[in-house]
Amino acid sequence: MFPFSFEWAWDAAHIVFMGGLWYALSIVGLGMTYCIIKATIDTISGKGGNHH
Amino acid sequence: MDSALIPKGVKRCPLPVFAAGIAVVGAVVLWGVAGMLLCWLKGLNQTNMNDSYGFALWIWADLAVIAVGGGAFFTGFLRYIINKEELKNIVNFAVLVGVNCYVGALLILGIDVGQPLRGWFIFWHANVHSMLTEVAFCLSCYLGVLIIEYIPLVLENRQIDKVPFFHNLGHNMHEIMAVFAATGVFLSCFHQGSLGGVAGVLFGRPFSYREHLLVWPWTFFLFTWSAAAFGPCFTILCTKITEVITGKKLVKDNVIELLAKISGWMIFFYIIAKTTDTWYWAAHTAPAMGFELNDFYNNVLYGKWILYAEIIVGGFIPALILITKAGRRNPLLLWTAVLLATFGVCLNRWVMVCQTMAAPVLPFDKWVLYSPSWQEVSTTILPVALGIIVVSLSYRYLPVFPQEQELNPID
Amino acid sequence: MKVDTKQKKFGMAIDLDKCTGCGSCMVACMSENNVPFKKDETNKLDSITWIKVYKVTNDKKYPDTDLCYIPRPCMHCDGQHGHAPCVSVCPAVATDNDKSTGVVSQIYTRCFGCRYCMAACPYHARYFNWWDPVWPEGMEKYLSPNVSPRMRGVVEKCSFCFHRYQLAMDKAYVEGRRELREDEYQTSCTQACPAGAITFGDLNNPKHTVHKMVQPDNKHHGKPKNPKAFRLLERLGTNAKVYYLSDRKWVRKLGDNQTPNEESSKKH
Repeated sequence: MFPFSFEWAWDAAHIVFMGGLWYALSIVGLGMTYCIIKATIDTISGKGGNHH
Repeated sequence: MDSALIPKGVKRCPLPVFAAGIAVVGAVVLWGVAGMLLCWLKGLNQTNMNDSYGFALWIWADLAVIAVGGGAFFTGFLRYIINKEELKNIVNFAVLVGVNCYVGALLILGIDVGQPLRGWFIFWHANVHSMLTEVAFCLSCYLGVLIIEYIPLVLENRQIDKVPFFHNLGHNMHEIMAVFAATGVFLSCFHQGSLGGVAGVLFGRPFSYREHLLVWPWTFFLFTWSAAAFGPCFTILCTKITEVITGKKLVKDNVIELLAKISGWMIFFYIIAKTTDTWYWAAHTAPAMGFELNDFYNNVLYGKWILYAEIIVGGFIPALILITKAGRRNPLLLWTAVLLATFGVCLNRWVMVCQTMAAPVLPFDKWVLYSPSWQEVSTTILPVALGIIVVSLSYRYLPVFPQEQELNPID
Repeated sequence: MKVDTKQKKFGMAIDLDKCTGCGSCMVACMSENNVPFKKDETNKLDSITWIKVYKVTNDKKYPDTDLCYIPRPCMHCDGQHGHAPCVSVCPAVATDNDKSTGVVSQIYTRCFGCRYCMAACPYHARYFNWWDPVWPEGMEKYLSPNVSPRMRGVVEKCSFCFHRYQLAMDKAYVEGRRELREDEYQTSCTQACPAGAITFGDLNNPKHTVHKMVQPDNKHHGKPKNPKAFRLLERLGTNAKVYYLSDRKWVRKLGDNQTPNEESSKKH
């Protein structure tokens, strides 16, 4: 899973497979981070209080 | 008692009635938990699996729930990527069903392994050549995506929505949902496919082995396709069941019809591909390994009927019903089609797991049949019961069906 | 440490015309490898037998009836592209096809019991520990200290008595040698067979008996050049390192599946 695991090899299989995995995880992680930070900023700036 | 939590403008049954229903399903959950604890504490000797049947009911259940849970990724794809606007009225429910399917699959996998405490080895010591590794990675990641898709719905609960931060968070997540949905589609294509690859790569098992395109056997593509095709049928089936239980119309017909039509055409082309695959396998792949079609279907249980049941009854018939306007508009035919489609895809998964194990490979081997123990059955039903509870709670307290208010006005 | 780079390919040749089906190989294997057993072993589908003797017949009536016993250890497949059927599927790298010896290993402490390898193996050579091993009172003192007993929930299989290879190599190193003599590494089943039906050695070494018997063609995945030798399920491409020999045509034919309309000459 990580380059420091002893099974790791810098071959095409590892790069493609783990590359795809970390790419997907990064998008999901960054997306959620963006949402949380933006929600915090919005909340501090007073948005969302009167909705609904 | 819980009226403050119930979405505005909709009616729910009294809490005691709801609680009584949950208690009944809860009893089933306890039965499942009993089986689960026995398996964890005493080991897999509690099952009827054996050395010839290392994969059995549980693996079938995993494959089946992931296939029918495919409605979540495909509906999400149609809604957020293709922009089929009408589907916003069913995508919440599709995601909810999907979450339950995936939680169920992971729970069953957690029981199915001989050393559950070493389950993390599959990630840490990953063999990137194994289809099961791909399944584990993509399945776990996609469950994360599904939960992310489900969170905004939870945040829409009347009380939670009052908290500004949660309101903003839900709003922001909605804004970039297409990004999450696209990631979900990417992950789904791979784990649905690799579930197909699990059986398709077994070159020691001529019944399930298929030729490859690059590193993927044909079953890889057939599984992804079938999940996208049949998954929406299961979403429609669950919607219809919810409508029967609640006694209300929850989704407008045009939404159901659109999803049914897309699903129908997907199934139609899938089943043609599946038929072609079966023919090629029977005519070329298997004979090259010394087998002919009859060798795989000469058992009391596993006869050729299973092939016809899967391809015609569970494939062509629902496809033909759903692609015709009159078929999908007729409630009885629609029910028949979604039930047959769900049956068809589940039968396909059963065949790819259990018939693969049952069919003899060594010339002096015999068929091995198996029936599950109660512990296997109860733990397979456990996630279904848990799913019913989660769906019930979600329906009661969250605006799962955006059209409910309009379709069921209260004075 | 200087590593011997000359690749070995340990394998086995079993003369089916010599095998009497006595089961000595099975007993020796269980004893040598601390294979656990149950109080009641009637259900063979969950019994562990690293080497199992199958009894097959030619399905003909008396006086043409003929019998054959087929001992089946793990085939230690070379597989396709170097991947044995079980090795490539293991999600946690708990099994490996060792390129320096040709032995397919099983790492018990790495296996988490998903059983995918069992599903992949067409020979039923892999066994799951459905129970924790329970030894009859006092028997634990007779266990081999060279082989770790396995715990519940993991898969195990024949290792070609790999611990014997390690012990032999240790001894050779102490004596300043890097190569083993043929008789220094032999599996317990080979030594236990009273009929001398099992021959074990390095298939890559032309001096070894097993090589001479089988005449493996390494250019064609080790297919035997000896017309009397065959491998089980040759056409699946498992490329097993266990070969069988028989003068009887029906026995050789039984080694693989054929469709009814194909000639037996086409099958290998």
